[in-house]
Amino acid sequence: MKKFIGFIKKEFYHIFRDRRSLFILFGMPIAQIMLFGFAITNEINNVNVVVLDLSKDVSTNTIVNKISASSYFTVTQLLESQNEVESIFKKGKVKAVIVFEKDFDQQMRNAGIAKIQLLTDATDPNTANTINNYITSITQNYAKEINQDIQLPFQIVPESRMVFNPEIKSVFMFVPGVMTIILMLVSAMMTSISITKEKELGTMEILLVSPLKPYQVIIGKVIPYVFLSIINALVIILLSIFIFKMPVQGSFFLLGLESVLFIITSLSLGILISTMSKTQQTAMMISLMGLMLPVILLSGFIFPINSMPLPLQVISNIIPAKWFIIIIKGVMLKGVGLLYLWKETLILLGMTVFFILLSIRKYKIRLE
Amino acid sequence: MSISVRNISKSFKKVQALDQISFEVAQGELFGLIGPDGAGKTTLFRILTTLLVADEGSASVFGFDVIDGMNDIRNSVGYMPGKFSLYQDLTVEENLTFFATIFDTTVAENYHLIEDIYVQIEPFKNRRAGALSGGMKQKLALCCALIHQPKVLFLDEPTTGVDPVSRKEFWEMLKRLQQKGITILVSTPYMDEAALCDRIALIQDGKILDINSPEEIVAKHQHVIYDVKASNPHQLISLLKAYPTAHSVYPFGEYVHYTDQSGEFKQEDLHAYLAHNGLKEIVIQPTPATIEDAFMELAN
Repeated sequence: MKKFIGFIKKEFYHIFRDRRSLFILFGMPIAQIMLFGFAITNEINNVNVVVLDLSKDVSTNTIVNKISASSYFTVTQLLESQNEVESIFKKGKVKAVIVFEKDFDQQMRNAGIAKIQLLTDATDPNTANTINNYITSITQNYAKEINQDIQLPFQIVPESRMVFNPEIKSVFMFVPGVMTIILMLVSAMMTSISITKEKELGTMEILLVSPLKPYQVIIGKVIPYVFLSIINALVIILLSIFIFKMPVQGSFFLLGLESVLFIITSLSLGILISTMSKTQQTAMMISLMGLMLPVILLSGFIFPINSMPLPLQVISNIIPAKWFIIIIKGVMLKGVGLLYLWKETLILLGMTVFFILLSIRKYKIRLE
Repeated sequence: MSISVRNISKSFKKVQALDQISFEVAQGELFGLIGPDGAGKTTLFRILTTLLVADEGSASVFGFDVIDGMNDIRNSVGYMPGKFSLYQDLTVEENLTFFATIFDTTVAENYHLIEDIYVQIEPFKNRRAGALSGGMKQKLALCCALIHQPKVLFLDEPTTGVDPVSRKEFWEMLKRLQQKGITILVSTPYMDEAALCDRIALIQDGKILDINSPEEIVAKHQHVIYDVKASNPHQLISLLKAYPTAHSVYPFGEYVHYTDQSGEFKQEDLHAYLAHNGLKEIVIQPTPATIEDAFMELAN
């Protein structure tokens, strides 16, 4: 036992002396959550639009006021002629141009129909789409307002409610994903690198020719990273609760347990990677290509699994991250308990056992 | 017998690293494996320290078989690999403490063993191992291999890349350790170090050429060796090789070592031959054989 503690102490020396990795280890979760929470979002805020108003009457004025009053848009300029439109898009600061036709109000009242031309910069299709929807709904609302007393013969009014995330905050979607990536990265990549580092530097040779048992070496390597991962998970959860007001509807305890389970799954993957690679570089490449990419692309973190082609949907099942994301979304957003998540939990548990057994089989007690 | 190796063979893919190696090392002996790079020395060390499994043959260390007694051997030997294998980001003291701890002992308990060596690196005990000079790194590695009081010490090329003064000091330390009853198996590519061992095995291409004490190996050398020097060393070698009665020709420091196969060799004849072919400042003088000469003789 004394040897084992001595070994863990040495591991902590390695971790704390490598300032750069330490900084990445603790800086990355915070930076990523902030990035995904604030910067990289599907929501639009203060988008610059310009208006080309060819009629300048009461109606167009009201619509422009409504647009600039919303927090989504800022009307930065009023254009005088159609010719200016192209050059203003080329400058790139303006994402949309709203053009009101001549005699807008008159047309509306006399012919019953008035036209707005909406030009959007579709170099970023998602934003263009969103702008389009928002402006359309603002003008439709206005149309409804002035039509209040007129009863249309048939009407279908959808009353929609966004369940579990009423404000459609994209951070709710990113937090589970980022947490999964960070835990995967810290646990799997760092352990696999730290084990292969011993092989590469030749220190594994001395460790093998010592009374330390191979399992003690492995567990000794893993324990410090379990600690670091738990701290990271806590930081991420606290950040998402206090800064992004993300709720934890379900049990905090269950969330903790499931996170620890996923940490262990990732660690066992890390050990498996280390048994397969001889150099730190190989371990890093396998971790990045073999873990990061599938986690980002196939786990349902960014791209919905249901809309993938069937072969990819099948592949996504073997990715532990997919199941963990379902679990945290369930616990944090839906507030469901183990009763609903036992299947996913069991799958993660099974994967962990499989990885551990495989690593034990592949672990070399000698040099080869 | 402290170490016993019987008909060990090992090959990697296409290379035969060890071919039917057998030798024995007595308790308290300082035994040297002498041979060039790629001779198979490291492979042999790894088999004896249970890091590799031989294809054929058997070996035992202190009575423990290298296969069945793997754990016993791992618990009781000291091993210093050829490549510097300590933790570069740990300080001198932390490295030493770590190796003491994993062998279930303390630095204080076995300090007497390493004292001579450790006092030399103690002024730098708070320096990281990665920042030490080559000689000091090797001294620290030796301390770490010794700290658990091993019965057998395996040192794989401990002086490679170390300056001549530190090399000399290192061998003096090995001599002192030997007096404390520790069996030492050491490998080196330096022939001058071979003379400091009790017995040596000359090894090349996975085969043992000869096993004996350094004195006997030198004594067995049949031919008279001549140091030959001339103005143009390059031309000198080709001329010597072309000499009708030449037996062996190889560079040796600033000289070329020459041996002749005929019994009636005369220095004057060779001198005349070389001078006739345009060489100047010719020196020819007999010289005592060294282990390197014995090695060259056996290797050919």
